[in-house]
Amino acid sequence: MAKIRKDSERETPELSTSSLPDIIFMFLFFFMAVTTMKEITFKVRVSAPSASEVQKLDNKSLTRYVYVGKPMDQYAKLFGSETRIQLGDAFADLGELESFVVNERSAMNEDDQNLMTVSIKADKDTKMGIVNDIKQSLRRAYALKIVYTANKTVVAAQ
Amino acid sequence: MGKKRKISEINSSSMADIAFLLLIFFLVTTSMNTSTGLSRRLPAPLPPGMKVPPVDINKRNIFIVKINSQNQLLVQGEEMNVKDLRAKAKEFIKNEANDPSLPVKTMVNIPLIGQIEITKDHVISLQNDVDTQYQAYIEVQNELVAAYNELRNEIANEKFGKNFVDLDEKQSDAVQDVYPQKISEAEPKNYGGVKDGQN
Repeated sequence: MAKIRKDSERETPELSTSSLPDIIFMFLFFFMAVTTMKEITFKVRVSAPSASEVQKLDNKSLTRYVYVGKPMDQYAKLFGSETRIQLGDAFADLGELESFVVNERSAMNEDDQNLMTVSIKADKDTKMGIVNDIKQSLRRAYALKIVYTANKTVVAAQ
Repeated sequence: MGKKRKISEINSSSMADIAFLLLIFFLVTTSMNTSTGLSRRLPAPLPPGMKVPPVDINKRNIFIVKINSQNQLLVQGEEMNVKDLRAKAKEFIKNEANDPSLPVKTMVNIPLIGQIEITKDHVISLQNDVDTQYQAYIEVQNELVAAYNELRNEIANEKFGKNFVDLDEKQSDAVQDVYPQKISEAEPKNYGGVKDGQN
């Protein structure tokens, strides 16, 4: 080793990049810790309403999502511009919601089944009519724990 | 010398590239946003064929909030701005002066807090129209939850000197017993004939 050093004695030694992987790995772990896997690809446009009293959802694995909104532009031709429901990766009719919830629940661990939460992610311009219908079918499916997804508003109402 | 060359170190210059690749993969497939929301519990479904049971509740115990298709509020028969709802709801839930038009107060004994008069049987009934905007509905829900949270904070500060969220489990249960959250989302009604502009 000493010999090598002797040979390569230079005035401006190269910048050592040996710590670069470590730095990148650090980044990687940071991102793995703070982010979550994307649930689905959105086919409906959802911009959640805002509220100040929101709570964090604690258990993602026990949460199933129902998306409600107008179809994205690329689907507008096929599915029109009326508010639609999305379950998983596909558009769904209201009638499919009940069986979707029942199927998802029976796929769960038995201990977790009654802890299942259904999160309603609806666009803020959605009419309540469709949300009511969703609530009624969730009741029929005995999925009684629901969450209305909302973003936190920073300014508190005075 | 020859032997030393054989066990040369593994070239790790591509390590950074591999790590970068992984990093970019995670950046693409994950999302940062944590989901937040207002959690609610729906009532159990009615057995088929059964009608909605008539509400057997003392009229003074019920606080009716209606939202129409124009997102206007009718609170206890009065038109109201969303901003004023919180104060009104707090007044109703607390009934500080034992007003006969506000919910009945009953004396209960709650562990850690002791004897206290609470409005045990109050119900906030939230009714909405089919055309109500979701944002308006969430705003109203939010104000009602805020009313409860403020009241809970008040009592938590008074009894334990802490905010509600900082209480331990037993204390938090006690506070929740004082102000149980009772927001009922009524069975939807079909106001078939109601058109825009007819209030």
